[in-house]
Amino acid sequence: MSEWIFWLYIFAFAGLVGYLVISGVPPLLHTPLMSTTNAISGISLVGSLVTAGADYNLTSSLLGVVAVTCATINVVGGFLITDRMLKLFSKPGDRRL
Amino acid sequence: MSTSFTEIAYFVASLLFILGLRDLRSPETGRRGVRLAELAMLIAVSATLLHNHLVRYDWIIAGVLVGSVIGVAMALFIPMTKMPERIALSHSFGGLAAALVGVAEYSRQSATLGSGKMAALGFEVMLGAVTFTGSLIAFGKLQGLVAERPLTHRFQNPLNFILIGATVAAIGYLVLQPAQPALFYGMLGMSFLSGILLVLPIGGADMPVVISLLNSYAGLAAAATGFALSNSVLIVCGALDGASGFFLSIVMSKAMNRSFTNILFGAFGRENGNGREPARSAQKSLLGATIGDALVVLGNARSVIVVPGFGMAAAHAQHAVRELADLLEQRGCVVKYAVHPVAGRMPGHMNVLLAEANIPYDHLYDIDAINFEFAGTDVALVVGANDVVNPAAKHDPQSPIYGMPVLNAEEARTVIVLKRSMNPGFAKIENELFLRPNTMMLFGDARTTLVELAGRLREAGT
Repeated sequence: MSEWIFWLYIFAFAGLVGYLVISGVPPLLHTPLMSTTNAISGISLVGSLVTAGADYNLTSSLLGVVAVTCATINVVGGFLITDRMLKLFSKPGDRRL
Repeated sequence: MSTSFTEIAYFVASLLFILGLRDLRSPETGRRGVRLAELAMLIAVSATLLHNHLVRYDWIIAGVLVGSVIGVAMALFIPMTKMPERIALSHSFGGLAAALVGVAEYSRQSATLGSGKMAALGFEVMLGAVTFTGSLIAFGKLQGLVAERPLTHRFQNPLNFILIGATVAAIGYLVLQPAQPALFYGMLGMSFLSGILLVLPIGGADMPVVISLLNSYAGLAAAATGFALSNSVLIVCGALDGASGFFLSIVMSKAMNRSFTNILFGAFGRENGNGREPARSAQKSLLGATIGDALVVLGNARSVIVVPGFGMAAAHAQHAVRELADLLEQRGCVVKYAVHPVAGRMPGHMNVLLAEANIPYDHLYDIDAINFEFAGTDVALVVGANDVVNPAAKHDPQSPIYGMPVLNAEEARTVIVLKRSMNPGFAKIENELFLRPNTMMLFGDARTTLVELAGRLREAGT
């Protein structure tokens, strides 16, 4: 099996599992869902880190450092704001004043 | 650190990401889900940092520091009413990161790229660039920096198709002949332009769909990065993000009764416009009611359903809504909230705002759960919503929103509509709800009106 097909399997199965899992999220939480997946997509940090830190050449490092910055904003900001949002959903009958 | 260790770490991280998303099924487990996803991110990033490809950490530390400061500041200081703007911005960051990594990879090894890797890089750069500029325009529209009304022109669809076709063709040619930097950067430029042109024609009310689609593109860009770098966790996360955006796009398109192809191919400019045309008939006169009239009705109501819309977010009226609801509840009135999926500017926008105002989430109802209840309800209180309560969607085939599922607000005994003015903004669909005999129009800033209603109701006592 060529490597490409292998990656395609991973992509397709992750997409399907993701779709099944995510379709269970109620409309109530659609905004937190979006901000969570936003934070998760900050995983491109993993790619940016290599670009920035492998010391290939100056162009690569510069582009990489901007990419690292952008991805970090999404990871750090995305998780923080999701948590801030989820804290707002108070339990039934348990009203904060 | 050995490669197999990194692979195992990525595998564990991928599983944790999926488990984390699963916890978002309920507000009670949601925060645990975020913790799991954070742990997964920590594992994936740590494993990468220990990887032996990395030799210099100065650039990385600089980027992570700057990004963390900006990310924390954005997360802490952005008000909940501005969530759509923040989400649009972060989509653009995600897109930019993917595009830049792709450009760096290309510039480093253009001549030696295999066809598979070149194809992945091409799509990574294209999707990343489209997401970047598209999301910036979406942000500009939400923020009022770019005209919120749809900017359309006659050749818009053909032009967009040609542009996207040319971009894909350029990627195809690069796959055969990778060593052509001019073509590569031309493709990058065309992708930036496509993002701008795709989002410019879209009106503010369609933003929930656009934001969901851009979410999906950002995910696909990350997945393409994974293909280009042969990185499993990137592919998995990109697929998850893409699936989530795809799912939300479907939910939104159903809620607007628009086909998915209609959305995918940017026909959502709606030149004949979801009522972007001026009102059809000579405007019947809308009679504004007085606060006093509304007070009598609310004071005697035993049941109230609040219908929030974008106007509530624009006026920051969610706390005022709760204040009024509290007073009504003290008088023995039952208050529920009917949330239409496309109310506001992004999926779930209204729910977050109402939650921020400490309204328990079991008082918030989806359209299907509450629509049959309007008929037995004393008052439907419409706070800055318009299209989602337009009865024409149910019976008038001429209406641009005909067929869209709407809330049956008109079935309540009395409808009180809080509206900024007679003729606001770009949403120029005539709404017959406003003309019905059982409707009271209260013009003015929604928050001011609600605060005054609550004040007078409190004075009146129980």
